[in-house]
Amino acid sequence: MWEKVKDITRGHSLWMLYYCTGCGAIELPPTMTSRFDMERFGIGPMATPRQADILLVTGYLSTKTLRRVIYTYEQMQSPKWLVGFGSCTLNGGIYHDSYATINQLDQYLPVDLYLAGCMPRPEVIIKGFKQLMEMIKTGEADGWKQYQDNREWYRENQKKALGDLLYTTR
Amino acid sequence: MALIGKIVLFIVGAFVFQVALSGFSRKVIARIQKRRGPVFWQNFYDIGKLFFKKTSISHGFIFDFGVWMAFGGTVATLLFVPVGPYSVFPGQTNFIVIIYLLAIGSLGMAMSAVGSANPYASMGISRALTQMFGYDVPFALTVVIMIYVHRTSQVAKLAAVQSDIGWHLWVMPLSALVAFIALMAMLGKKPFDTPIAPAEIASGPLVEYSGKYLGMLMVQHEFATFVEVGLFVNLFLGGGSTLLIYLVKYIIVYLLTVIISALMARFRVEQTVAFFWKWPLVLVFIQALIIIGIGIR
Repeated sequence: MWEKVKDITRGHSLWMLYYCTGCGAIELPPTMTSRFDMERFGIGPMATPRQADILLVTGYLSTKTLRRVIYTYEQMQSPKWLVGFGSCTLNGGIYHDSYATINQLDQYLPVDLYLAGCMPRPEVIIKGFKQLMEMIKTGEADGWKQYQDNREWYRENQKKALGDLLYTTR
Repeated sequence: MALIGKIVLFIVGAFVFQVALSGFSRKVIARIQKRRGPVFWQNFYDIGKLFFKKTSISHGFIFDFGVWMAFGGTVATLLFVPVGPYSVFPGQTNFIVIIYLLAIGSLGMAMSAVGSANPYASMGISRALTQMFGYDVPFALTVVIMIYVHRTSQVAKLAAVQSDIGWHLWVMPLSALVAFIALMAMLGKKPFDTPIAPAEIASGPLVEYSGKYLGMLMVQHEFATFVEVGLFVNLFLGGGSTLLIYLVKYIIVYLLTVIISALMARFRVEQTVAFFWKWPLVLVFIQALIIIGIGIR
């Protein structure tokens, strides 16, 4: 019962950190500002990983920046959720044969929700977030728990992509 | 026992009122920007969610202690502010005590943020304390004039005396203007929000806080707002003969700061200090000369 109350509270307040080194950042300002107004659902941008609940990875992810995403995700406090935005996080998109990008984000980090499209429109973003909120309220979105349980598997994949670079601070 | 009940009632009442009001102010900002805005109880969700986080990172003893110091200091301040006809300790509403305890909030946060060893936190805190230098001098002077005229530093008495001579807003308008500008800076509203500039220094002092720590600091900020706006209402708008009148005045003053804030851009920190020591300080000196020269009639 008490857990249920907690989940509903979490589902109504999502603070988002967006990682926009790929493309797709341009779809976020219209989602946040007057036309589509994300704040009416309690979703807002946050400045640092410590305060955020959602990590939004937009567009393609180069192997070089994957390490930063892993660090950022691990700095966030659980319960936390990861949203893959755009086709490139899903299967590589138009960069599927590039040597410098990763193809599937969920090999390296637990993704709770994908927003497919190239680019997803603000309507899709809002619909996706509404779905994520429902999943949080029912306790269905538990990627952070899976990341703890299957840590070895994720670490192995991360090392395969990054090598020893995973632990350096360069 | 009755006193403890009164204290708890006071704190809970202030919390519910101020958090609901700041949620409503988000709605007001949204309407100014032609948006729908969140529901007015959104801030309860936000604070609740932060306290329900499963993990919160600590950065050592100083970090924890500073948060408690800021929280405790602000709650202690809250108990000395008269709310309409009510106060927790009647006759103990000294302005000096309030302004002294209020500083503990900022200092506790400074200690805690520096304990996190994040450069953004240090930058934010240095900005916050520099800004405090700016607005504290003119604000303290406005109150010193009042204390000089009425020969008392009890906030409740300063509020009550206005039923005879008229609101200080009309009696000393320049002071009221200066105090209002200082109030905006105290609340960290734009254009004086350099300490927590999210797009610039990643929310400044709050950069390393997560979960429960951030929740406590948000509650602390709400209490500090209650104290600061309450001081303005008591000192310049005559407090309130009933609770309702007090709260109506409070809501008007708070929403005015929110609306002005929604229309402003941000000063740099040196511009803030230069501004406060140039215009408000001159205005308050002129007000002092007028009051000393011709009295309050």
